[in-house]
Amino acid sequence: MCSLALFPPPLPSGHTTLCESNNELLSGASSEDHRLIQVSQNKLGINKSLKLHSRTESSSKAAFLDHSETLWMRSAAAWRDGGFTGLLNEITNSHTEDIFQILKICGCTLALLQWVSSFHGSLFPHLTLSSEDMIAEFSQVLNWPDCVVRAFAWHPHTDKFAVALLDDSIKIYNPKSATTPTLKHRLQRSVAAVQWKPLCASALAVACQNCLLVWHVDPCSLSTRPSSGCAQVLSHPGHSPVTSIAWSPSGSLLVSASPMDTAMMVWDVAAENCVPLQRVGGGGVTFLSWSPDGSHVLASTPSLLFRVWETRMWTCERWPCVKGRCQSGCWSPDGSRLLFTVQGETVIYALTFTDAPGTSKGPQAAAVVADLSETTFNTQDGDITVGGEIQSLAWDPKGERLAVLLKGDAQAADRPPVIAVFKTRTSPIFELLPCGFVQGEPGAEPRLMQFHPNFQHGALLTVCWSTGRITHVPFYFLSAGVPHFGLNGSPSLPRPQERPSDFANHPTFRFVVWTPEEAS
Amino acid sequence: MFSAQQSCWFVRKVICWRAAASIAWAVLLLPPTTAAFIILSRFSILHPFQWISECLSLLTSASAIFSFILLGGVIIIVGFLNLEYYTVIPNIACSKIALLGQLLHPRQFLSSLVHCIMGIIVAWCCAVTIGGRYETLGYPCVESDGSPEMCLNEYHLVLLLAGAFVGFSHSLLGVIHNMNYVSFHTVQRYKYLRFKGSLPLVVKCSATQALYSVRNYIVIYFFLGYIPKTWMCKTLNLHLNSSLHSLDTIAGLLDLCLIYHLWISATFLLFTWYITLVLFRIFVTEVYSFPVQSSFTEDSHQCLPKVITEKQPMILKFLALQDLALLSQHAPLRRSEVFSLSQPGGHPHNWNAISKECLSLLSDLTQRLIVYHDTVATNGRAKPLSTGSERKTSSDTSVISGDDPFTPKSTPLMKTPASVFTRSVVGGPQSPLTAPFTPDLDSPFASPALRRLTAPVGQCSPWHDTVQSPHIMRRGPKLWSTSTDSHVNGSPQLSPASVPSPKQEVSKPSLLAQFLQNRKEQVKNFLAKRVLIMYLFNKLPEASSQALFADSQAHIWALEGLSYLVQASFSEDRFGVVQTTLPSILSSMLVLQEAVDRHFKLPHASSKPVRSSGTMGDCHYKTLRFALRATLKTAIYRITTTFGDHLSTVQMSAEHRKRLQQFLEYKE
Repeated sequence: MCSLALFPPPLPSGHTTLCESNNELLSGASSEDHRLIQVSQNKLGINKSLKLHSRTESSSKAAFLDHSETLWMRSAAAWRDGGFTGLLNEITNSHTEDIFQILKICGCTLALLQWVSSFHGSLFPHLTLSSEDMIAEFSQVLNWPDCVVRAFAWHPHTDKFAVALLDDSIKIYNPKSATTPTLKHRLQRSVAAVQWKPLCASALAVACQNCLLVWHVDPCSLSTRPSSGCAQVLSHPGHSPVTSIAWSPSGSLLVSASPMDTAMMVWDVAAENCVPLQRVGGGGVTFLSWSPDGSHVLASTPSLLFRVWETRMWTCERWPCVKGRCQSGCWSPDGSRLLFTVQGETVIYALTFTDAPGTSKGPQAAAVVADLSETTFNTQDGDITVGGEIQSLAWDPKGERLAVLLKGDAQAADRPPVIAVFKTRTSPIFELLPCGFVQGEPGAEPRLMQFHPNFQHGALLTVCWSTGRITHVPFYFLSAGVPHFGLNGSPSLPRPQERPSDFANHPTFRFVVWTPEEAS
Repeated sequence: MFSAQQSCWFVRKVICWRAAASIAWAVLLLPPTTAAFIILSRFSILHPFQWISECLSLLTSASAIFSFILLGGVIIIVGFLNLEYYTVIPNIACSKIALLGQLLHPRQFLSSLVHCIMGIIVAWCCAVTIGGRYETLGYPCVESDGSPEMCLNEYHLVLLLAGAFVGFSHSLLGVIHNMNYVSFHTVQRYKYLRFKGSLPLVVKCSATQALYSVRNYIVIYFFLGYIPKTWMCKTLNLHLNSSLHSLDTIAGLLDLCLIYHLWISATFLLFTWYITLVLFRIFVTEVYSFPVQSSFTEDSHQCLPKVITEKQPMILKFLALQDLALLSQHAPLRRSEVFSLSQPGGHPHNWNAISKECLSLLSDLTQRLIVYHDTVATNGRAKPLSTGSERKTSSDTSVISGDDPFTPKSTPLMKTPASVFTRSVVGGPQSPLTAPFTPDLDSPFASPALRRLTAPVGQCSPWHDTVQSPHIMRRGPKLWSTSTDSHVNGSPQLSPASVPSPKQEVSKPSLLAQFLQNRKEQVKNFLAKRVLIMYLFNKLPEASSQALFADSQAHIWALEGLSYLVQASFSEDRFGVVQTTLPSILSSMLVLQEAVDRHFKLPHASSKPVRSSGTMGDCHYKTLRFALRATLKTAIYRITTTFGDHLSTVQMSAEHRKRLQQFLEYKE
């Protein structure tokens, strides 16, 4: 079992991880790269402006003066905004005396409702959260509410990616085209996740606060603002907020999950109809991950339970956890192994699924494959403690590198969030080997990460930082599963002896650095 | 005759058993449903213990057992009607008049009658179960002169008639909402889970539908209630009790208790019938696994490559295609059988049969789309779609199809059997077609004369011009000109005014032709002014598009099956059998893609249908064209991503190569 103590110590402050080559992580002091510094300096102002624009609707309510309407008008508005409970609230809080009886009845009903909902809430505490808080709680993004980049998705086949920003817009970057379409929609609020449809050039699914949007962005179109007519709206009563989505690898189905809904929706997107897969227990579904071979779906719930669905007949296995809910998970490329983490624990578990005919039974228990408990490293800047709870996991499509985003501690300065990268080996036994930490420039905390789905020379990890910056960290290696053409290591890295800052000029890195202001 | 035997094989061995199982389950579900009905119908919150004990004693009484038997009989009949009337290709009416034709069809009339009678039976059971004032039709009363007599119990009558009305409206709504259409789901689940999942919908639908039906019934009874009442009194020699309120008055019908009982009875009736329908759908669409090849020759007609080419029954073809799509995705062992070579000879018979059938399905659809597009969208703009040969065949088809260009008769799939069973054997020109105007050729409204009427109306309609004018303007003369050539139904007694001979028109524009032309215009103008006719004959928007893709589920499976098999062949096909057909697969997919793209540029084709929740009718067919478009694109991408640059060695025309390059660069 691998632990953080085996890792090379973190970089001294001021150094950033650039890439992996010849089995070691190369770093460079950020002062060397003036372009990057410059970019990061004028970035702050832009970030602020982004935040200014991104007021939520509830906060804008305070800016308007209250004016008196009749009770019926207010009731109608309350019914529209807050449903039945809102209506009752409105009537109860109104100070009109002439309908004293109604007031009384409404008050009683409201009290009863609140009592029932508080009972329900005591069973499932997450139900009492507001939808923003709920997304923040269950999102794979660290510190979602004030993260400039709220969601990120590589296109599964090409080099374009979609970025959801704090102001609820989505931008699509394509290195081959000059236009960067910006997607905005009336219903596109609090984006929790985005994902491109596999085997399709244009469809992008967006998990929003109240619904699910599927954008069809024509890759050949020159329009920078596709109209909202390009978006399909998929909604189901009770299924909001949507915190996680997953396309089937064959591109035919889309599953979506909401912590408020015990049913997981399987959408036939083109026909716009859905099949709710209802299972009692768990109180909702928070995170979904479809295995790359399409045979299984991981669905975690807010309680001490997660399910692994089999996608042929849509039956599920229940996996109770002991300590906390399943926070994150990822599948090996062949879909046979699931790694997952549990909230409150600092280890990575592995489940192995075998597709042997006749044995429908999966594994009996999860095995611990890595221990990420807190470890203190002695560096020249003082002691740095790394480790703790895990926010998210990402496994590269070749199955050779595993990136783990550690939460750290927001209060303690010496325990920052950090990305630990493991090498994975499947034979003779499955094990994780230490690779190193991926660090950004000083002050930048990793928030979100994803591997490029088809990077030729190894693996490419894309990290979104708290500063709003998105960087790509390549890992150059020879895949064990791919025949070796060269004789000695790292044939794909063109000039390994050059200074790391030159990587920025290499064609592969044409899009190494992306910051919001470059977009605007 | 041999093929008829084969279809009998499947229907006899599989479909009938599935239907029987669904009916058995529906009958088994009857006791709990009835218990729930009893509890709800006798609901009284003030005397809970009395209520419960009454319900329990009623459930075990002899009358309840008798009611069970009656209700079971009704369920069995409903199940048989489901089996008799179901279809996997919906019957889409493209105008109001066509819908009316469907509703007045003798077959439909028969079904309505049976539903009416069954409604009465169920309502009688309800009346007996609710008891109290509903229990009997007559009761002893004392006339004003003091002599004892039998009086009519109007409450009982109201309940019975409500049952009849709900049964009748259920059967009518079944036609309007295509309730006999059985759709296949993309998400496979076990039967129990599917049933459990659809249960809330059934409850909701039956409750709301019952509410609407009871509302309509009350209105009708208010106005026409005296007719059955007096008739009943006359035939059964009963008297009307003058001391009681008559129920066809406002005061009589505003009895909340009565309305509640009517509603709960109607809900019970609809619920049991819907449950039967849902169970039938679930059972009949269950995946059936056909063997790919059999070691015994006598079983060879049951193997997938044989079965997939069958034309009848449609359900067999659909299940075979579904099985193909699933095996190509999930079953490596069965895939290897598809790719295998025949033992003596070494021919890839399995793959050849399967790929040939799938490709012919796709080319069928392509041709249908081209013909439709040619008739609808062109005003001289349309360019030949693809190679010359296809162009030729498409025009041939349009000539053959005569005055109804929407139904190329060369495509067998367009022939929609109303039932896959008995009637489908008849086949031939008598079999109903899914045509926009004439969904049923033997319906009373579907004579060629009717179709002739539709053309002029459309042509002159003021609000049609904005949307479809090129289409109508072009189709109009075409319909008229070719009408004499094809007497489809052999109804020659057409008014001479409406049938100008095209030859005369073209060769010698004589005085007679001129006269006919003028008369035609007059008739058209006259008809166009009549609002009712306009209403009846106006084409429903997007209905023709729906009708065009009515059977597209088959095409979707064919596309999925082909693309998954081609994808798997990259690593699994040891003999290279797929290589030989890859060019034709790619080209037919690309041609279809082009045709579909062009179709979606037509007005109404890409407009989303209104989502109607709360009906038991399956709206799956309304979105099939979108599903087909998405599947087609995904299928091409699946092949291009698997083969990548290897595709450059595949032989194809330059145009297709250009198109394929777009897919390889992910620019579609």
